[in-house]
Amino acid sequence: MKDKIKSKLDEIRAGNGDSVPINEITSVVESILTSMSGDISSSDFKLYHELEVLALYIDNAKLEIALLRPDEIQQEHIPSATDELDAIVAHTEEATGTILDAAEKLEELAASSDKKTAETITEAVTSIYEACNFQDITGQRITKVVKTLKHIEQKVDALISAFGEQVNDGLEEKQEADGETKKKSEERSEDEIPMHGPQLDENAQSQKEIDAILFGND
Amino acid sequence: MAVKKDMAILVVDDYKTMLRIIRNLLKQLDFNNVDEATDGSEALKKLREKDYGLVISDWNMEPMTGLQLVREVRSDKKLKKLPFIMVTAESKTDNVVAAKEAGVSNYIVKPFNAETLKQKLASVLGDF
Repeated sequence: MKDKIKSKLDEIRAGNGDSVPINEITSVVESILTSMSGDISSSDFKLYHELEVLALYIDNAKLEIALLRPDEIQQEHIPSATDELDAIVAHTEEATGTILDAAEKLEELAASSDKKTAETITEAVTSIYEACNFQDITGQRITKVVKTLKHIEQKVDALISAFGEQVNDGLEEKQEADGETKKKSEERSEDEIPMHGPQLDENAQSQKEIDAILFGND
Repeated sequence: MAVKKDMAILVVDDYKTMLRIIRNLLKQLDFNNVDEATDGSEALKKLREKDYGLVISDWNMEPMTGLQLVREVRSDKKLKKLPFIMVTAESKTDNVVAAKEAGVSNYIVKPFNAETLKQKLASVLGDF
């Protein structure tokens, strides 16, 4: 196709030189279209145009997806969120265990108390047992959330696999075009110290370690 | 017939806290012969090895759920008449119907209170 158009243009150039008068442009275009009939029709042109629009749309979509930073969602945010939720379940189970220990001790005490006291203690302890049902329910709710997050993670993973490196390439191009540069931590002002919230056990510093930072090893 | 409070009861739940709570509430009702399992398959093994008078089971467990457990129990020649109470957070009609069709004797929705447990036990075992 390219060769045919080129040879047609050469033919026109041979007849008109490089400057084609405006009134001859229409006939030149018609001449090109006519010579291409059978090879490419006006509906084909329309199709190619649609394909071009589609390609542009896909490029823009890839860029928008890249701006969402799916790699960070997959590698950082979702694992962090599921770790935090698992920690909630573990800690509430631990705390509930401590509450039940105390309740059971009180119940033992009831056995050696007078009838009225024993009834009062038993009633209170029963309320504690009933309230501790919460730990099971919250645990199940959190498990549901974790499953949802893992499902999202799978979808993001599929997205990254589908677009591959193009997602990150698109993001880099945009960042360069905008002249955007990543702020270095040393350039951060005092007001921008990041807050991290409670840490998971393996990352948390003990009170002793914090005291050592504040006061040295005195 | 009077309820034998020394009967063996099997409590099945994958949350240790819930096992403990149910055990303590049963103890308050003088049911002290309580065994535990953390999923349906472990429970089924225990049910085939020892005579139990009652099963109290959660639903959502792995590898075998409480629903699968009750179906296994009801299809077992030796176990099919065993009283079985489902204790679960599943509260939709579909779940309750499925459990009923599987053959549960009664159904308690979590969170539950001590009085509800007592009532359901009485409905299955007789007054005590």
